[in-house]
Amino acid sequence: MPFALSPDRERKLQEILPRYPTRMAVTLPLLHLCQEQEGYISDDVIEFVSQRLDVPTAHVKGVVTFYTLYNQHPVGKHQVWVCRTLPCALRGAYSVIEHCEKRLGIRCGETTPDGKITLRTAECLASCGTAPMMQVDKDYYENLTRERVDEILKELTES
Amino acid sequence: MLKRTDYLTRTYGKPEGWTLATYERDLDGYKVARRVLTTMTREQTVDEAKKANIRGRGGAGFPMGVKWSFMPKTVGAKPHYLVVNADEGEPGTHKDRTIMELNPHACVEGCIIACYGIGAHVAYIYVRDELHLSKARLEGAIKEAKAKGYLGKTPFGKDYPIEVYVHSGAGAYICGEETSMLNSIEGRRGEPRMKPPFPANAGAFGCPTTVNNLETIAVVPTAFGMGCEEFSKLSALHAIGDGGIRLYGVNGNVKKGAVVELAVGPTLNELIYEIGGGVQGDRGVLCAIPGGSSTPILRPEERVSAPDPKSPLHPYDGKSVFDVPLGVETMRLCGTMLGTCCVTVIAEGTDPVWCFQNLMQFYRHESCGQCTPCREGSAWLLRVTTKLLDGKATQEELDGLHDIANGIMGNTICAFGEGTAMPALAFIQKFRPELEQYVRGERTRAQATLNVEPWR
Repeated sequence: MPFALSPDRERKLQEILPRYPTRMAVTLPLLHLCQEQEGYISDDVIEFVSQRLDVPTAHVKGVVTFYTLYNQHPVGKHQVWVCRTLPCALRGAYSVIEHCEKRLGIRCGETTPDGKITLRTAECLASCGTAPMMQVDKDYYENLTRERVDEILKELTES
Repeated sequence: MLKRTDYLTRTYGKPEGWTLATYERDLDGYKVARRVLTTMTREQTVDEAKKANIRGRGGAGFPMGVKWSFMPKTVGAKPHYLVVNADEGEPGTHKDRTIMELNPHACVEGCIIACYGIGAHVAYIYVRDELHLSKARLEGAIKEAKAKGYLGKTPFGKDYPIEVYVHSGAGAYICGEETSMLNSIEGRRGEPRMKPPFPANAGAFGCPTTVNNLETIAVVPTAFGMGCEEFSKLSALHAIGDGGIRLYGVNGNVKKGAVVELAVGPTLNELIYEIGGGVQGDRGVLCAIPGGSSTPILRPEERVSAPDPKSPLHPYDGKSVFDVPLGVETMRLCGTMLGTCCVTVIAEGTDPVWCFQNLMQFYRHESCGQCTPCREGSAWLLRVTTKLLDGKATQEELDGLHDIANGIMGNTICAFGEGTAMPALAFIQKFRPELEQYVRGERTRAQATLNVEPWR
């Protein structure tokens, strides 16, 4: 089925369009809106963005494959990102990752069988002073302790 | 010397500290922008800005006022743009996020003054997508400012329209490089462009553009508020053109990670012990990264050699590099870079090869792949350092590391190549014995993580 934006996201798009002198510039914001709705960027989404902004599908595909945060495949309902870069690693990020993998029974890059959680490692999330940290959907969780991680994961699994 | 100030951080930690009401009450918000727009000309604004000696806070340290002056003097057929770089993602850098979350109005007011100074009517603040709270706070601030008539068609009643927009990235470290950021704003893949043309001639949408770091812009109202020359004099390094105050961060193996506002010129030791509360487990310092992972590491044993009395480092001749005031010039003379001023501390007992490999994973992941030396070089640096950790690398491969890193230097379109090669070369040079121990099987990956501070 062809993709279409929900009415509230369509309104948001109308707000964004006049901010830029070209339609192509709206590629990134529009892809964000689509992913928010669909969870990932499907071929239908690429077709939609291409027609909506009058840019080639190859351009849209090129953008999608360049940026880490556009999911090219379906992902879980919740996104868990654990930062693994040096300042976090120095404060135990790899133990956090191991702990999450054990708790969820999956490896980084995988989604739980019930489709609820996708666990991934992230490169520096600009929270070095409060390491170790993880991002769950839109929220940051910092100065993580074992108890805190357990709480967060429990809440997600039960949601 | 450590000199605490609170121009940008006064609203930090206050309830509703990010609102217009707090900004106007505690920081005389928007009075400076009003004065600049209603009483000064564009030329006067740029001349004043130059006196502040604000060195770009994004890492390269280019003087902000000078950058503004590169913009065409008259606005021709092509509009001018201001692009504010808030794609904070350099490992070890965590300062811009605090401003956006806790004092977003300083960013908006800075945008107004900067737009006026460079002849722009539109500013895009490029925030990395992960920082959802930052984006929400900035958008809230823009809305509040607009409702008060500080933005829009006639800010402060002056016929000089200014609009500020937040543009979200999508998870690419390279988009913090200025030309790559411009491509990303135009809706393209974030691949850096060749320079020249420089953004001041052909930037966003082919129009003259100034790209400034977010902290650079946020500090502008403070500088103009007290008079830019006075502002510059707050710094211990005012005499060598490095003025004002900045946000310093400390992270890694310290007892207390923090972001604090200080007059320019504290030393590494002051940051580690007075701000960071010392090293975890009261250990010594193995090495420190002065300002983001692309800046070469420094070891506390390194001594300053500056016998020439004319050298800015001469007063510190013979002292440890950890006792030199952190400034753009001083760090350059120490063989590293000031970068973003957020220090990553690595405690004694930590395995430097493990740290090296960790950083190489970052660069391998984030290389945009446009230039062969960087794309292939970063992959080889990771492959060889991983083999070293696994105890499978030969002496020949270790010797090759230096050539790989050297092959990247100067052979790429943007500075990401140097950003990868410089820290690699520093690790190779400063931890050669440890690297060789891996080749001889005297160190192993299993031991490497034993001394990492345990997670509680």
